[in-house]
Amino acid sequence: MDIPSKLFYTKEHEWAKIAGSEATIGITDHAQHSLGDITFVDLPKAGKKVKKGEQFATVESVKAASDVYAPLSGEIVKVNDSLAGTPEAINKSPYEGGWFCVIKVAQESEKNELMSDSKYKEYVEGLH
Amino acid sequence: MEENLKSTPLTEEHKKLGARIAPFGGWSMPIQYEGILAEHVWTRKSASLFDICHMGEFLLSGDLKKSGLDDLVTMKLDGMPLGACRYGFILNENGGIIDDLIVYRLAQDSWMIVVNAATTLKDEAHFKKHLSSSSSLKNVSDETAKLDLQGPLSAAVLESLLGKEIVKLSYYTFSKFDLLGEVNIVSRTGYTGELGYELYASPAKVKELWSAILKDKRVKPAGLGARDTLRLEMAYPLYGQDIDETLSPVEAGLERFVDYDKDFIGKSVLLKKKTDASLKRMVSFAASSRRAPRHNYKIYSGGKETGFVTSGSFSPSLSCGIGMGYVDKDLAKAGTDIIINGGGSRIEAKIVKKPFYKHGSAKTEVMRGHSV
Repeated sequence: MDIPSKLFYTKEHEWAKIAGSEATIGITDHAQHSLGDITFVDLPKAGKKVKKGEQFATVESVKAASDVYAPLSGEIVKVNDSLAGTPEAINKSPYEGGWFCVIKVAQESEKNELMSDSKYKEYVEGLH
Repeated sequence: MEENLKSTPLTEEHKKLGARIAPFGGWSMPIQYEGILAEHVWTRKSASLFDICHMGEFLLSGDLKKSGLDDLVTMKLDGMPLGACRYGFILNENGGIIDDLIVYRLAQDSWMIVVNAATTLKDEAHFKKHLSSSSSLKNVSDETAKLDLQGPLSAAVLESLLGKEIVKLSYYTFSKFDLLGEVNIVSRTGYTGELGYELYASPAKVKELWSAILKDKRVKPAGLGARDTLRLEMAYPLYGQDIDETLSPVEAGLERFVDYDKDFIGKSVLLKKKTDASLKRMVSFAASSRRAPRHNYKIYSGGKETGFVTSGSFSPSLSCGIGMGYVDKDLAKAGTDIIINGGGSRIEAKIVKKPFYKHGSAKTEVMRGHSV
């Protein structure tokens, strides 16, 4: 399972890549693997404000629909529109081509509540 | 809930292949190997092997009428030739569907009855209650393993393994073949819409058969996940989900498997239901997006609730959400726009004619059309 370093993670298996005041977010390799083939993603529109922990997107696999929660609070400034036609990018490349949105981070301190790659690895291993 | 799951003789093989295993119908079954979408697509273009050992099988010996068998099932069996099999239902006194099943005529007075896994014991009790003492029914599910080989290349694959006699089987017939030293039944039936075969074997033999078929590079293993999306694209009902004891073949639109010219349990109620305009009807619908309708989502038309979804998924062949469900009778026609609500989503859809997938190879003439 791929858990890149320098990203931050949630217990709900979202990741955040923080660069300055912006964070790119998506779901982890573990999440895409558990879901199986992803067939549809419902993403918010740019301009929407989200709170950390709030549902902001939905992913559907062949078998089920799952909620995705915002790892950080802020305003959505950019959305990966290509996922509408090729949601399988999330399976193939969860940390690169399969990114969901870019958030303009409202409270930088929230970062401290997220897990590092090593903490997340421990967490996922504890789930089995 | 999961403590008493049965497992098939192939469980170790599935683990070796990296399958995801999950409970289904009281059994621990492989849901997927490589992935549902890939397995689905492979079945439509080549051939896939499914472990279907969970299904139930009964052997019945007795005269069709004197045994009571004819009264117990809805399809026409009188006059069915030896070597033919037929799909139909067992109904309760209210016309509700106890199970869907396939009956094989092994000899004049000898029958094999294939039923769903979760309903096997219920069906056995129902049969034993209604069959006459002149017949004998044996539940052989534990001694019967079954593999499904499905896909347009399945005839060619079996021909290389079993010889060219196999290509003579026409749709919904069966014969006995030498399956690697064990003589057993192969029928040209399936649940995918593709040309395909169901192979019966003893639990001791099935692993060898599984491995021998998988050696052919045209074949890959497929799980119950792909089996479900394949059958849904054909709008085949899944028992316990699309049909159950509260619904009859009339609401389910499956009356072509009911022979009204004979007597059977539930017939008088079915005749009344035929003219009852208050009953809902089964429909198939396609979404305008990739979003999948799901079991128990509600169906609306003109702002009013009109029904419910029984099965739904993303369709790999059509690249949109598809589903089956029940709506008020007056809306149950192709072209009706509906809205499906559930799980926080609102899905626009249209009622369409079944099947969703119209290029299935199930009824291909293997002998004439498809030279192997």
